[in-house]
Amino acid sequence: MLTALLVMAGIALALGALLGFVSVRFRVEGNPLEEKINAILPQTQCGQCGYPGCRPYAQAIAKGEADINLCPPGGEEGIRKLADLLGREFKPLSAERGVEKPKQVAVIDEALCIGCTLCAQACPVDAIIGAAKQMHTVAETLCTGCELCVPPCPVDCIIMTPVAETVETWKWKFPAPPLPTRKPVAEEPV
Amino acid sequence: MRLFKFKGGVKPDTHKDASVQEPIACLPLLPLYVVPLHQSVGDVPRPLVQVGQKVLKGERIGDADGNFSSAVHAPTSGVVKAVEPRLLPHPSGLPALCVVIEADGEDRWTERAGLDWRNASADDIQDFLRDAGVVGLGGAVFPSHIKLDPNRSGHTGTLILNGAECEPWMTCDDALMREKAEIILRGGAILRRVLGAGRMLIGIEDNKPQAVAAMRAAAAKLDADDEGNTEILAVPTLYPTGSAKQLIRVLTGVEVPYGRRSQDFGMQCFNVATALSVYHALERGEPLISRIVTVTGNVERPRNYEALIGTPIEALLSLAGVKAGTDRFIMGGPMMGFTLPAISAPVVKATNCVIAANPALFPPPPPELPCIRCGACAESCPQELQPMELYWFARARNPDKAREYHLFDCTECGCCAYVCPSSIPLIDYARFAKSEIWAREREKAASDAARERFEFRTLREERDKTEKAARLAAKIAAAHQEAATSAAAPAPDDPKQALIAAALARAQAQKQAAQPKNIDQLSPATEARIRDIETQRGKARELANAPDTPPEEKN
Amino acid sequence: MNNSPYVRLPVSVRAIMLKVLTALVPGILTYVWFFGAAVLVQIALAAVTALAGEALMLGLRGKPIGVFLTDGSALVTACLIGLTFPPLAPWWLTVSMTLFAIVIVKHLYGGLGQNPFNPAMAAFAVAILAFPALMSQWPAVDVPDAPDATGFAAQMRVVFQSQPPQDGLTMATPLDTLRTQLHTAQTHATVDNVAGTHAAFGQIGGKGWEWIALAYLLGGLWLLREGVISWHMPTAFLAALALAAGAASLASPDNYAGPLFHLASGGAMLGAFFILTDPVSSPVTPRGKLIFAAGAGLLVWIIRTFGAYPDAVAFATLLMNLCVPLIDMHSQPPVFGRKNGNDKR
Repeated sequence: MLTALLVMAGIALALGALLGFVSVRFRVEGNPLEEKINAILPQTQCGQCGYPGCRPYAQAIAKGEADINLCPPGGEEGIRKLADLLGREFKPLSAERGVEKPKQVAVIDEALCIGCTLCAQACPVDAIIGAAKQMHTVAETLCTGCELCVPPCPVDCIIMTPVAETVETWKWKFPAPPLPTRKPVAEEPV
Repeated sequence: MRLFKFKGGVKPDTHKDASVQEPIACLPLLPLYVVPLHQSVGDVPRPLVQVGQKVLKGERIGDADGNFSSAVHAPTSGVVKAVEPRLLPHPSGLPALCVVIEADGEDRWTERAGLDWRNASADDIQDFLRDAGVVGLGGAVFPSHIKLDPNRSGHTGTLILNGAECEPWMTCDDALMREKAEIILRGGAILRRVLGAGRMLIGIEDNKPQAVAAMRAAAAKLDADDEGNTEILAVPTLYPTGSAKQLIRVLTGVEVPYGRRSQDFGMQCFNVATALSVYHALERGEPLISRIVTVTGNVERPRNYEALIGTPIEALLSLAGVKAGTDRFIMGGPMMGFTLPAISAPVVKATNCVIAANPALFPPPPPELPCIRCGACAESCPQELQPMELYWFARARNPDKAREYHLFDCTECGCCAYVCPSSIPLIDYARFAKSEIWAREREKAASDAARERFEFRTLREERDKTEKAARLAAKIAAAHQEAATSAAAPAPDDPKQALIAAALARAQAQKQAAQPKNIDQLSPATEARIRDIETQRGKARELANAPDTPPEEKN
Repeated sequence: MNNSPYVRLPVSVRAIMLKVLTALVPGILTYVWFFGAAVLVQIALAAVTALAGEALMLGLRGKPIGVFLTDGSALVTACLIGLTFPPLAPWWLTVSMTLFAIVIVKHLYGGLGQNPFNPAMAAFAVAILAFPALMSQWPAVDVPDAPDATGFAAQMRVVFQSQPPQDGLTMATPLDTLRTQLHTAQTHATVDNVAGTHAAFGQIGGKGWEWIALAYLLGGLWLLREGVISWHMPTAFLAALALAAGAASLASPDNYAGPLFHLASGGAMLGAFFILTDPVSSPVTPRGKLIFAAGAGLLVWIIRTFGAYPDAVAFATLLMNLCVPLIDMHSQPPVFGRKNGNDKR
């Protein structure tokens, strides 16, 4: 009996020491999880999740403070990827955070713009170009469609327009599902 | 010469005879041509013309954007009616920028000047071909000048001309070889000289004996002024021998993997029609403005036409006479082609064949059944892939896994779907997975850029903040000093208060300094009005300052 | 509207399954000739049950019944059950095990194309584990002084259990006899004297069995010619079985039966051409097929020689079925142009 206890205690000590050594020896600088989460987030920096940008949200998820379903631009696919990465259950997008929309870009109605620079200040990715009292414009390729420039505009000259599909961005659709089922069955989770 | 085999392949019914009964026909000049700018692999050419501009036949209307691009030219002389998005012959059915030319009926050429290619540098020849819009006419429309890059590693010993034309129904190359064998060979000789290739192999499927004979006859005739060592080989008819990779394998035994160019293996492959356009461009100075198009299927007069690029496809079809019962039109062959979104779309450099389809010729597939893992697709795959694996991963929407199973080695030749007993559209799944990966890569690039910009902005804001704080601290210090020196105002303890007090004092001083403008030499009436307004303002101020005034009384 | 390719070979799952069924005909006829017509009743029982079970499950799963019921896969499963179960097995055993095969092994795993195990073999394994005695009711052949075991009426009385099998109506198969005598029954018998003293033994693989095996071989070769199956699996399976048996019998001819006996006995030929080759539960890569079938051949010999059950094709198949995903993953053939490291600079 005593031998058994001693052996078990010995094993426990040895493993503990090993774990301790490993945690010191192979300490990871920074938080790789946060990086991985941030890589999944769409980087629109829109703040719809309630955090001031994608990285803060990634930090919050990594710390376990935030849920994974708060990002409307990332949509269902983003949530699935996060669920996969974190080994959590998929859950639908939180309704209070908004809805998934097709990709949009901001367009400034140049005739209305008074050059107040408020939109340029709101843009998280510096995609709006223009100086004070000058007409502003949106660099379409840089715009993430976050809509943060829309509310500050005093003359409502910013319109969010969906990005049109072109021959270059056109995608082959998912082939029709094999054989329609006779009664409507909920789509299988993918 | 010994020929090699590739694994897999299928033998669909060829249906080629109907369209080669008559020689190639030319189309009459049409009133309107729609020339898409983007007709080749690579970057979209920049438009060079404006609405209303007169253009001559062969005049460049779209300039190659960078080296990985190819120019486009006016197919006839006339006036540019529009430069606007028009429907393309593309499976998406989406419009893209086109130059619309109203023909003036004169069909007058621009000045044509070839190139003294025997004495020109390889770079000059490449640039010339790029600006002549010469691209692969087999259907892939890869810019030909890129394939002549002298800087690619390795010596190109073998030039291969591809006259295999393995797609069923299609006969444009067959007809061209029958009628223009000599020019094809001359074009081949130019390519060979540019590449420095010691030999030229021309592979033609053995279901085209007349083309083989014509080419051999022309080769014998040319042999005197040619370097010789040209072989015209009848290769066994097996789809997809006409795919460059498979033809290279058949003729030389070399397998060129995905991601590498055949030039790395000492050979280069061009379609026979491309060789012809190379000759036209370099010898005659004629850019690529026309091509041979097979019009066949459910039509009265199946035939090959020489069509100007930009010809509406419906013009071709009306010449051929579409029979009743046609339910769609296929561009390309039945194995790799696609359904045209509309026949108003123009002929482009990739338009090798237009098939009028009806359900009898191309029956709708039976319902898709589950995969039974029979492996027929893998046996038929000329790229030796496991199409069912690609299908499973694509179906599970896991394209990255499909990529690990060499999704991008798939040439979408259609053999797997052709043999599948469960009628699974395997190619559709491969296409879906590929475009999904491309889309994700685009998104990834965009989000990476956005993250970088966002992080830079955050950094900048941080910096601005610290700088501002520093300025504030300096100002506070100054205010303290000011307060200490002035005896009139007692120095408040709070530095912020001091700052505000100082600002107030400055504002007061400014107000004192600023005189009301435009009040000299006013008429008495205006002065009276100003006084009036001033008293009203005073009343308003009193009213606003009066505490707890009930709103009712205000009214 | 579909996309390209717009042309297709006129092939279908149904056509494949029909060819498999056709290829079974010579074997079934020979079977009837030697063991009587009870097997036809068993096949019919299994077929009706399989179709009913299939229809039921398709209905429950909301799948189109017409398309899947006519694909023929349930009929192939039923035929294999009818041919592998002893013809004198009671009717309820055949029916319940067919239901098990279709409902549980096939449909609960996702139906056509999704089942990891061969349904017929899973049913056989469960039956022989649960009812070992009933699963050894093979009709006696040509035993002197015994009632005619191949008489249809007598067989039907057993199958439908209006009476228990009489003495002498059933007997152990040659495989079973040999294994019991040589390896489990502590006797000093040799292969030759067991084969010489028991009535079931014929020239090679046992009376009747050797001819049935030949008929299966014929059907199998036709399937091969038709391109329904590839040569990999039958060849590897039969070669592995023959090699293992051959090596053992060379080393000790008294204790181990020779390769020909193994090939011509029991379910070896049926297994090689009709059971292992079920595409759904076998590997798809050529190398995988070889590994899979060779493993099964080896297992068949081991289980037949040292195991507790008279035949081993079912267990060998199921064990190898387990390995299929792993085999497939590790036997991916090289892709065009990627064979000699060509794809890397």
